[in-house]
Amino acid sequence: MMGRQVEQTRVVGTSVPRVDALEKVTGAARFTDDLQFGPDLLFGRVVRSPHAHARIVSIDTAAALQMPGVRAIITGADTPGFIGLYLRDRHILATDRVRQVGDPVAGVIASTEQAAEDGARAIRVEYELLPGVFDPFEAVQAGAPLIHPDLGSYDVASFLYPRPGTNISHHFRIRKGDVDGAFGRCDTILEDTYRAPQIQHVPIETHVAIARWEQTGEVTLWSATQSPFAQRSMIAAAMGIEPGNVRVIGNYIGGGFGCKAGVTMEGLAVAMARRVPGRPVKVRLTREEEFFCSFVRQALVAKVKIGATREGKVLALQVEYYWDGGAYTEYGTNITRAAGYSSTGPYFVPSVMTDSYCVYTNNPTGGPMRGFGMPEIHWSIEQVMDRLAEKLGMDRVQFRLLNCIREGQETVSGMTMHATGLSQCIKRVAKDIQWGEKEPPSAPHKLRGKGIAIMWKAPAMPRNAASEAWVVFNEDGTFNLGVGGQELGQGSFTVAAQMAAEVLGVPMDRVRVARPVDTRYSPYEWQTVASRLTWSMGNAVRAAATDARKQILDLVGRCWGETPADLDIRNGEVISYKSERSVGLDKLVICGLSMPGDRELIGGPIMGRGRFMPTYVTDLDKETGQGTHGMVHYTTGAEAVELEVDTATGQVEVLRVAAAFDVGKAINPELVKAQIEGGVVQGMSSGLFEALRLKNGEPLNSSFVDYRIVTTLDAPQEIITAVVETAQDDGPWGARGVGEHTMVPTAPAIANAIYDAIGIRFNEMPLTAEKIYLALAHKA
Amino acid sequence: MATHSITLTVNGAKEQVDVASNWTLLQLLRDRLALTGTKNGCSAGECGACTVLLNGEPVNSCLVLAVEADGANVVTVEGLAHDGQLDPLQQAFIDEGAVQCGFCTPGMLLSARALLTRNPHPSEREIRQALVGNLCRCTGYARIVRAVQKAAG
Ligand code: FES
Ligand code: FES
Repeated sequence: MMGRQVEQTRVVGTSVPRVDALEKVTGAARFTDDLQFGPDLLFGRVVRSPHAHARIVSIDTAAALQMPGVRAIITGADTPGFIGLYLRDRHILATDRVRQVGDPVAGVIASTEQAAEDGARAIRVEYELLPGVFDPFEAVQAGAPLIHPDLGSYDVASFLYPRPGTNISHHFRIRKGDVDGAFGRCDTILEDTYRAPQIQHVPIETHVAIARWEQTGEVTLWSATQSPFAQRSMIAAAMGIEPGNVRVIGNYIGGGFGCKAGVTMEGLAVAMARRVPGRPVKVRLTREEEFFCSFVRQALVAKVKIGATREGKVLALQVEYYWDGGAYTEYGTNITRAAGYSSTGPYFVPSVMTDSYCVYTNNPTGGPMRGFGMPEIHWSIEQVMDRLAEKLGMDRVQFRLLNCIREGQETVSGMTMHATGLSQCIKRVAKDIQWGEKEPPSAPHKLRGKGIAIMWKAPAMPRNAASEAWVVFNEDGTFNLGVGGQELGQGSFTVAAQMAAEVLGVPMDRVRVARPVDTRYSPYEWQTVASRLTWSMGNAVRAAATDARKQILDLVGRCWGETPADLDIRNGEVISYKSERSVGLDKLVICGLSMPGDRELIGGPIMGRGRFMPTYVTDLDKETGQGTHGMVHYTTGAEAVELEVDTATGQVEVLRVAAAFDVGKAINPELVKAQIEGGVVQGMSSGLFEALRLKNGEPLNSSFVDYRIVTTLDAPQEIITAVVETAQDDGPWGARGVGEHTMVPTAPAIANAIYDAIGIRFNEMPLTAEKIYLALAHKA
Repeated sequence: MATHSITLTVNGAKEQVDVASNWTLLQLLRDRLALTGTKNGCSAGECGACTVLLNGEPVNSCLVLAVEADGANVVTVEGLAHDGQLDPLQQAFIDEGAVQCGFCTPGMLLSARALLTRNPHPSEREIRQALVGNLCRCTGYARIVRAVQKAAG
């Protein structure tokens, strides 16, 4: 692959402060629930199924309708249309049957929150219970209760393959090389099963949506969403209205991590608003609802068989993934696909057979969560690699360096791997964690260990996932940058502003990101998911700023009789290297310029536009999962952990984490490091604490008291971050995404370090103190 | 529901308001006084997003009844800056990159403010202990702890 010229930059590559920081530390930043609607505002409350699988026999709303403050009630009859991102398999309100605890059955619209809640309690729903299925492996067996008998009639994306008459909503296959033959040539073969439970994203801001149905038939939806544009099209399709009549306004989001992608509860607000035209209706999930009524991370059962030669070369891999997609798999199906086409992890394996199944169960609905399947599959891959290294008597770092994927090698899906700094990342974290040196534990009852895990992840999205951007100016020469991607905390507005400032030759304080994102006024952005904004939206921003810059230089060149090549923009002024003339942007970006001698006025308002779409992405073959360019690129990285296990309590203390990711180009290095730190801690939280405990589909721990996430006292004191930069051909300044990747290797790195410390392997997350304590007791 | 007339000082301004007896201080601040900087993350005293200072002490305002604040002095995130001058904690949060989505930030700032007022030079351990009730899902906490250390000077 061609080497890339390193460009000189002034703003790109520097750690400017976040553009939203001042608003956020003063309490001025507006989140969706902060918007004020005055006494007009009505409140919606959702009646949810207490059963995991049941037929709805009747819904009696008469008593509720008589209650003070109750304005209207909606039921499934109001929302007959199907909704879903890749597979339209759900209704906004359940129609004939409920498939999970928490499935919405009715909605009450009332003048106060209390009245809505009282109304909801007064609705009587009669159910006829149906047998449920709660394990994905059981759900694929013959005779399992069928959760979606109409699967065959659902609309589905062309790259998904549901199997009507079963609970399998997608089956992704890799058939690469002669796997049986390759296993025959292996000296060592390992086989095992790994499990990851459902967990929840736990944004500190719960889902909230406010909808107002205008008298004109237009509907405005204010929502805490990663996907204003996808919500526009999905809700329009489900409700049988024109997408242009749906306007979605997305304010700042108090954390998303995937659960605010696509549509989960927002359609409810819209359906309620239709009953009370002109009045805004707010629906806000309680913390309890947040745990199981939007998306959870899908549980996974992973069966892995892997073989290597005695020299340590991995030759063959066979995996089966059973994804617990839950009651609806409209989004989860694509996680199954992404997991399948990345199923080797960041390794070169010549022969691979993968079957990745997305399976309906009566558990909470699975959906995208930071990593999009990668944390779950790397949980198995990275432990199996460790065990293989041990069996072969090889060092775990050396074994990874020997097998990790390199530029020019063929990936599991048949793409030629692009330039990647993966081995640099591995070496870097090994050095930072002082691999091979063992410090004594801090107390006699503690044991100390080190572990490593590596990762890869490609953005998972359809190939027509597009980005647009625009640049328009103000009279003072400042400009407004239009983007449709959301600011979830990752810093997307800041890096977008940096890119535009870079191209247009102005200081950062001359750029204002046009916010909130509003589908009526903002440029299109598919969704803020897949860690794709810096790369995809960044390409659009760069193009828009370049377009504006060209118009400006052409205009000034024409006026001055110079060629644009001799002109530049510096610090908000157009300058000529040839004639040494200069003119401020404020003099020309709106009102144009006068030609010499005042003969004529030329120019006018400058407006730059840009777009990007990865048109070069190819399909993957249905039978073999092979294609020449099935995904845009892979971001790679590594993490190493040092920890102590308290043998008296089973408690794990993570002492240090070293992390290195190849981001292509860090547009803002401190923001990259902040992503890494946050991802490491979220990964640690999932590895040590988190599981949504389900009993026949019923969540047992949907509160912060019972579902623990990492606090200040659990978080590691030291996270050593390193940024590797191997430029990406299709990225702006060589950048590729990094937000999600940072949590992918943490949990397996911790598991590997725990093994190093106590000599016990655990196949199922999370590694709670209780689990470790019991294992230690059993061993002793 | 009975209502009560209460008087309290919020960010230095005297307010007289009628509140229902079951209203929380969080509801009063957000829904009546439109001070929406204070966030609601759980309504159950478990996340710290709603932290404000009540007579100088950090409280989860979702657990305090509005009537209990009668006669009290309340400080919210909107009241941290003075005369256009950010509180050193606010500046340190910006400088150290301690803000991501920003939803936990107001509560973090107020818990940290109470700590520094009580203990101007806390150790790292003391900072972590003081902030243990404030959940953050984005940052991993390291930068928040560093920002508090920096503001303490
Ligand atoms: S909202 Fe008060 S502690 Fe969570
Ligand atoms: S910055 Fe998002 S929760 Fe703390």
